[in-house]
Amino acid sequence: MTITEKILAAHAGKASVRPGELVQVQVDLALANDITAPLAIKVFHELGATSVFDREKVALVPDHFVPNKDIPSAEQAKIMEKFAYQYDIKHYFKVGEAGIEHVILPEKGLVVPGDLVIGADSHTCTYGAMGAFSAGVGSTDLGAILATGKTWLKVPEAIKVVYEGKLRPWTSGKDLILFTIGRLGVQGARYKSLEFTGSAVNDLHMDDRFTMANMAVEAGAKNGIFAPDDQLRSYLEGRTDREGVYLKSDLDAHYDEVVEIDVSKIEPQVACPHSPDNVLPVSSVDPVPLDQVFIGSCTNGRMEDLRVAAGILKGRKAARKTRLIVIPGSPAIYKAAMKEGIFEILLDAGAVIGPPTCGPCLGGHMGILAKGEKALSTTNRNFIGRMGHSESDVYLASPAVAAASAVLGRIGGPEEL
Amino acid sequence: MKLKGNVWKFGDHIDTDLIIPARFLNVSDEDELAKNCFADLMPDFAAKAKSGGIIVAGENFGCGSSREHAPIAIKAAGIRCVIAKSFARIFYRNAFNIGLPILEAPEAHDLIEEGDPISVDLSSGEIRNEKNGKVIKAMPLPPFMRAMVECGGLVPYIKQQAQNSK
Repeated sequence: MTITEKILAAHAGKASVRPGELVQVQVDLALANDITAPLAIKVFHELGATSVFDREKVALVPDHFVPNKDIPSAEQAKIMEKFAYQYDIKHYFKVGEAGIEHVILPEKGLVVPGDLVIGADSHTCTYGAMGAFSAGVGSTDLGAILATGKTWLKVPEAIKVVYEGKLRPWTSGKDLILFTIGRLGVQGARYKSLEFTGSAVNDLHMDDRFTMANMAVEAGAKNGIFAPDDQLRSYLEGRTDREGVYLKSDLDAHYDEVVEIDVSKIEPQVACPHSPDNVLPVSSVDPVPLDQVFIGSCTNGRMEDLRVAAGILKGRKAARKTRLIVIPGSPAIYKAAMKEGIFEILLDAGAVIGPPTCGPCLGGHMGILAKGEKALSTTNRNFIGRMGHSESDVYLASPAVAAASAVLGRIGGPEEL
Repeated sequence: MKLKGNVWKFGDHIDTDLIIPARFLNVSDEDELAKNCFADLMPDFAAKAKSGGIIVAGENFGCGSSREHAPIAIKAAGIRCVIAKSFARIFYRNAFNIGLPILEAPEAHDLIEEGDPISVDLSSGEIRNEKNGKVIKAMPLPPFMRAMVECGGLVPYIKQQAQNSK
């Protein structure tokens, strides 16, 4: 069995499972945010539920439109807040404690390897970086999970992606996953499990692994997973008392497809409008002038992302016509970035630093694009209208490319500086 | 369960940001969501679709965000059914959960034109183009999935089941 199959089997109370099999599973952590929770709570009440399945296994994170951007959003956030206090949800994070859900849950040690996490957010697949099975669902499914702690899943077929070779200096996890999505296509892994393996990912920083697992859904995948290792073990130290299960895929595990990638050939990548699979190496992308550069989100709003960006921006300034927006993914990252002097570098470079939120990534607030504007962003989707006007363009790239492009005022890689 | 309507045709990879842009997700009222269905693609979709209709799309319909607001907006806009070559997985679950019938039919997109009157039989999976009499077979829905969409989604279905077992 693959790691994914082993986790599904364990949570279904079975010795083994096979792709295509439908299983009912026990959920270790159920997650919702300020957009998806209100509908899930409505379902919870309609089902006649009077208590949540386990107040310690539910995480409610206001992150999309917070701090509340307008009256309707405030009303939605209030529904979640009221529910959280009424049912004494242990992992509810009010504004000030809250960050982007997929940044804060690992940070708080709420996920350990072997867990099964279901969230009403498509980027719930992020926790695959921690050797957990995690997948996104809609609000109705989540509402039922809040009541019962259970859901049904189809055991996915698997694709193994093997990354070998030595990474180039400016190539990051973001570039590997963009390259992979470009190779597979936005539905290349539809309904399937993506397993990230190979010597090149063993050396990757946890923050790069989060980025890669996070974007598995952009290839249509149900989950994306890394084998848990010592690096994860050290990451979890001091964050949780739970041990977790360090699983490996069996040597005879079945994969529908094995994709081999030589990372030494991969330069920084850019996904051009309007699809995450429209990927080119940065040197082949037109030097499009940029109105805005955004560094942040559940994909690239972590500490290493800010460090890399600051390393490039130190002593430099964003180009005159390019707005630079940086949003750290959590209060802890915000504080650490401030302590490390990253804020000073960013501010000197002319960046504005926002409070932890999803904000502009989904065209929510704090950096919306006007008609005709072009932005380069470290986020995960560049669909039509994703970050604002339907006639704006979004290019996706790594924090390094974002920082370099901000300085250049156009799309370009750090090697150009 | 038989459904009839004129066809709204869409291409491949229609994502949930196109179905309902995030700026309209600050409410969960279905009529409000319906007003903004396909807001960036066809600002007048909701007004035009009011009389009902059936969406015929290409590959990977509903990719992107997990927002259940997407199938809710489509259903509340008056669309009776979505037929696509394939669906993204979260959208697929969400559609049934909120009672929007959807069918996978790889040939439909090539054999049906915008505006064609079609009828869909969810029990047999038969899609008939009333304009030229052509019939396409989709994978029929199993009885419990049909019952779920007939009830209006997972919640009313569970309630009905509970009622029946009393």
